[in-house]
Amino acid sequence: MLLRHTTAKEIDRKALTINPAKTCQPIGAMYAALGLHGCLPHSHGSQGCCSYHRSALTRHFKEPVMASTSSFSEGSSVFGGSSNLVSAIETIFSVYEPDVIAVHTTCLSETIGDDLTQIISKANEDGKVPAGKKVIYCNTPSYVGTHVTGYANQVSAFVKFFSTATPKKRNVVNLVAGWMEPSDMREIKRIANEMEARTIMFPDMSGVLDTPLTGHYDMYPKGGTTQADMIATGDSKFSIGIGPYTTEDACIKLENKCKVKFETVEIPIGLKATDRFIMSLSRHANLPVPDSLTEERGRLIDLIADNNKNFYDKRVALYGDPDTLIPLVEFLLTLDMKPVYIVTGTPGKHFDDAMTAMLKEKVPEAKFKSGERADMFQLHQWIKQEGVDMLIGNSYGKYIARDENIPFVRLGFPVMDRPGNNFFPCVGYTGATNLLIKILDAFLDHKDRTCPEEKVELVM
Amino acid sequence: MRKIAIYGKGGIGKSTTTQNTVAGLAEMGKNVMVVGCDPKADSTRLLLHGLAQKTVLDTLREEGEDVELDDVMKDGFKGTHCVESGGPEPGVGCAGRGIITSINLLEQLGAYDDDKHLDYVFYDVLGDVVCGGFAMPIRDGKAQEVYIVCSGEMMAMYAANNICKSISKFGKVGDVRLGGLICNSRKVDNEANMIQEFAKKLGTQMIHFVPRDNMVQHAEINRKTVIDHAPEHPQADEYRALAKKINDNTMQVIPTPLAMQELEDLLVGFGIMN
Repeated sequence: MLLRHTTAKEIDRKALTINPAKTCQPIGAMYAALGLHGCLPHSHGSQGCCSYHRSALTRHFKEPVMASTSSFSEGSSVFGGSSNLVSAIETIFSVYEPDVIAVHTTCLSETIGDDLTQIISKANEDGKVPAGKKVIYCNTPSYVGTHVTGYANQVSAFVKFFSTATPKKRNVVNLVAGWMEPSDMREIKRIANEMEARTIMFPDMSGVLDTPLTGHYDMYPKGGTTQADMIATGDSKFSIGIGPYTTEDACIKLENKCKVKFETVEIPIGLKATDRFIMSLSRHANLPVPDSLTEERGRLIDLIADNNKNFYDKRVALYGDPDTLIPLVEFLLTLDMKPVYIVTGTPGKHFDDAMTAMLKEKVPEAKFKSGERADMFQLHQWIKQEGVDMLIGNSYGKYIARDENIPFVRLGFPVMDRPGNNFFPCVGYTGATNLLIKILDAFLDHKDRTCPEEKVELVM
Repeated sequence: MRKIAIYGKGGIGKSTTTQNTVAGLAEMGKNVMVVGCDPKADSTRLLLHGLAQKTVLDTLREEGEDVELDDVMKDGFKGTHCVESGGPEPGVGCAGRGIITSINLLEQLGAYDDDKHLDYVFYDVLGDVVCGGFAMPIRDGKAQEVYIVCSGEMMAMYAANNICKSISKFGKVGDVRLGGLICNSRKVDNEANMIQEFAKKLGTQMIHFVPRDNMVQHAEINRKTVIDHAPEHPQADEYRALAKKINDNTMQVIPTPLAMQELEDLLVGFGIMN
């Protein structure tokens, strides 16, 4: 019992979070920055921040994650990090040659009040930024919001520094990608291609954090949204923000700056969310849904129908990020499962409203919580009070799954102890099929392993 | 060695009072060190006759160099040892962190070691207690005694009350105590009585009432303390008296800060009614 100290009895806690369901803002900013081609994320703070954020991403993606740091010393904390950042910019452009440096702040540089606007304009004035290169920035104090906020701030920074409206509108739909796996981004682009829609996806980590092993190392892999495309997003006729928590702010900024109208949809996890995404793209690209996608949908529905007996009434506990949890809970309800406990460390009313709307009638006993005091300790306590049949979330849930002997499906960030996130998307109808098979496997493996001997069946 | 921190509202005359008092103690033959904890680095100007010196934090800018105590400590009036912590230029960096760094550096350099035979260390701290950094001199036993410079003006008393809040907070876990209020007169009506009453409510004393005198300004223009510039002037005797009272002071308390309403009532009772 690794978590043997977790008790079923809850004590009201005001100032303590145990095993939070969230991480640092800059991790999100760093991840999103990698979705711009030729971009080097830069952490403006002490070295430890940068090392931790890089290793957190590497542990998940199993790829080298490059990022530079302002390497604050005690002196920088007192006198400000301006000189460190200016010399970092000079060194980075001469040694590592990125096209763009995406600076994000840390708790330390935020608290001492370093003004990136002023520092970076000084670097530009002093000629530290070579012609054709660019330094962009966003503010990511970790004591505000979570990694989700950091991701959103970085995506907004792309709009702020690149998107430009020219008199010529293009028949293109922007796909503003929320926090997904590179494989999910690849899948969404495949769906758009099936529809023959002209789209620009940003940020786009496919081809950056799921690169093939070629024997040749590229510091800046082939993938990522190009600067030209990023600039052109200002001429697109519409934006679809995929995941409101991570993309809505960028969509609003793009509308204000370049008059590009937008709509946000949930990340297309599961049947209904995928339907809505595809209908949104079909409507705004003004294209019909091809038969190939309708067939994919049909195969998913067949799989759901064939296995309803395995899903029906199963109680599920989930934790993770709101943009993932909202469509996931909806999908579980589609499968006749019962999402009973849902926790996210990311604050926001949208999550609470969406949960209330979905669960009020179908699962009135459901408990959910969001924000900084929502943690996995409490989720575990709820499970101890009344058990569940399945746990879905990132790798940190494995201790609960083991102690409570419940089937466990890994989904979200970070998954450090199982490979494969970059192979099997969970978005779209294909992704829903993958996810469904993962859920079924976990159930049935558990049943085979634990049911009484006389109940072991060959055909299930 | 007695370690004393001087706090008070900005512009109330902390640096002037501190240096004049230190001059008085030096005259008595005491071995005193003054640590200026203000990024402006002007807390030792009168003792050093305007001599600008390298601040402790200046040494941080030139990292890698071996810092010697002599680089940052200069001797002023009657052998007083003067140190300025320094800090960032206005609007950048973190002055509070600067104070923490500076005091730690001074300790590392052995500024307080026994072989210095110091009788007194004075910390002259910028303004109100605005963040953890500015509270550094009263944390972790750095200074055991605090004197607050105030006047009968409302905002000065309000600041003094705030400083008492942080002393009572740190006093509960450490050994920092309030030694008294120094009233640096602004010629407010009934000032001495009001500050005496204020001190009583805080559980402390008004250790001295420093009358307002233009001689202080004359001395300042000449970059000197009054004791140095006009040793025969009555104002010099006021600072000598304050120095003696501090030297003899045995009243060390954890203050009881006032509620805002209480403070306002005090002002109405003394200032306006009379």
